[in-house]
Amino acid sequence: MSLLNVADLVVDHRTPGRPAVRAVAGASLTVAAGEVVGLVGESGCGKSTLARAVCGLVPAAGGAVAFEDRPVTRLGLRRRDPALTRIQMVFQDPYASLNPRRRVGAQIGDGLAAAGDRATTPGEMLERVGLPGGMAERYPHEFSGGQRQRIAIARALAARPSLLIGDEPISALDASAQAQVATLMRNLAVESGAGLLFISHDLSVVRLIADRIAVMYLGKIVETGPTARVWAEPRHPYTQALLRAIPEPDGLGRLPEELPGDVPDPADPPQGCRFHPRCPVAMDVCAEREPAFGPVACWLHPPA
Amino acid sequence: MTVNVPGAGPVLSVEGLTVSIGAHEILRGVDLVLRPGRVHGLAGESGSGKTMTGLAALGLLPHGARTGGRVVLDGRDLLTLPPRELNAVRGRDIAMVFQDPATSLHPMLTVGRQITEHMRHHLRVGRAEARERAVELLGQVRIPGPAAAVDRYPHQFSGGMRQRIAIAIALACGPKVLIADEPTTALDVTVQAGVLRLIRRLCDELGLAVLLVTHDLGVMSAVADEVSVMREGLVLEQGPRERVLRAPAHPYTRALLDALPRHGEADAASKEDS
Repeated sequence: MSLLNVADLVVDHRTPGRPAVRAVAGASLTVAAGEVVGLVGESGCGKSTLARAVCGLVPAAGGAVAFEDRPVTRLGLRRRDPALTRIQMVFQDPYASLNPRRRVGAQIGDGLAAAGDRATTPGEMLERVGLPGGMAERYPHEFSGGQRQRIAIARALAARPSLLIGDEPISALDASAQAQVATLMRNLAVESGAGLLFISHDLSVVRLIADRIAVMYLGKIVETGPTARVWAEPRHPYTQALLRAIPEPDGLGRLPEELPGDVPDPADPPQGCRFHPRCPVAMDVCAEREPAFGPVACWLHPPA
Repeated sequence: MTVNVPGAGPVLSVEGLTVSIGAHEILRGVDLVLRPGRVHGLAGESGSGKTMTGLAALGLLPHGARTGGRVVLDGRDLLTLPPRELNAVRGRDIAMVFQDPATSLHPMLTVGRQITEHMRHHLRVGRAEARERAVELLGQVRIPGPAAAVDRYPHQFSGGMRQRIAIAIALACGPKVLIADEPTTALDVTVQAGVLRLIRRLCDELGLAVLLVTHDLGVMSAVADEVSVMREGLVLEQGPRERVLRAPAHPYTRALLDALPRHGEADAASKEDS
């Protein structure tokens, strides 16, 4: 049984007077308890929208999201179903996600209250993320970006989630803090037995912490697999292109390879395989029929 | 356009540069040299003073900042140049590309207007000639359909294309020095690859001297010829790219490299101990 089961999820963004943009176009994904899944893809591929649909921040136009075998309902103005507070999210920008006018301890306290935890103090939560407990009395502006993101993580963990979602939680941080914060998130999630859905465009960090990688392109998951396998032997041409584009700090002065073309407009996706206009190995079938199968959605790798 | 020979004498040299604001010392004696056709990478964490070094070279310092040392371009110290003369240098001899093209481009002016504006100001070229040159520049930075692109607005381009436009603007007056502050940090890896290739090509073809400020040692490794590593306003280590990144002498450089997840490392060592 999976903790989170996203089946054929469709999410549309509607703007009056314009055609709906299908940000997520039939994506399927599972996260098991204690598992870390890394969701990667270029900006605009729909990975953040998928995360927001998982916690009910945007409505689904089709498909289903099930958390602990119950459907996730849309978050409205009313109090959230207590079962759903077991999904917690850490957002991209800790400068925006923390309330600047409340002490960080009080904000972490909200999480503890959501879990009905009266025994743990905010200070103890801060210590778990590697900050001195005494800092609970301070305000967000007194912290650096990396520290703020640790506070946001402490707040999310305080609610004792069984699923933690990180939506680009490290992209606003310094390179030296990125790997640390990502590893911290992984360790804390796994320790508490929670699943972690970690969204990032930074493949090298995802590789460091994820058990499984899901690669998203233009609203669809194009490849999933164990991290080591995907890294060593990427099958989808898009995954291959992504990995080749990462510059290595090896001092050899090798320029990374370019993936020509732009991500097509999701309001008007190409016929057939969504990647075929940019694909270096596209065949005739790719322009005609969409490879609607997994774990590698490519006509070169049909399921056995 | 003259193509300078790589390895020629320095175009810009920063000598013992100090910057302080109030009692706070931001730069505590920075030395570095930019040569034609070479990319000098400046690495460090936020707050290390790497951006300030780039800004000081352009005289774009915050109000009330006190400076010491010299920034020499063509035998003239930019730090002591009167504002009028400095304005003549900025944008013409030294140009800058910022991190986020969404904020560095003017949203309400066409791309062509933004490229031609300082060209007409600095080089006194006519409208038609400037426009022609703008189309040429857009082609040079590989914007598809440059003749039509000059009349479009920044929002009509993707992030990577906008950064290429920002580079075209910087190149408009044929500068000798390009200061690029985290030029690919806001971009996806696939788009970043294209922009890095562009910077390298411009450097090689035009003999541009580039100061590349970045926190990403992978980016540094891909395009820089020389590397400086900064911390707390000081350059801790400086040298050829391959030497600094493959055999770092300073423990801080080693620590920065060790903080990075890399290919070929034992997979997920961190995963096992969790």
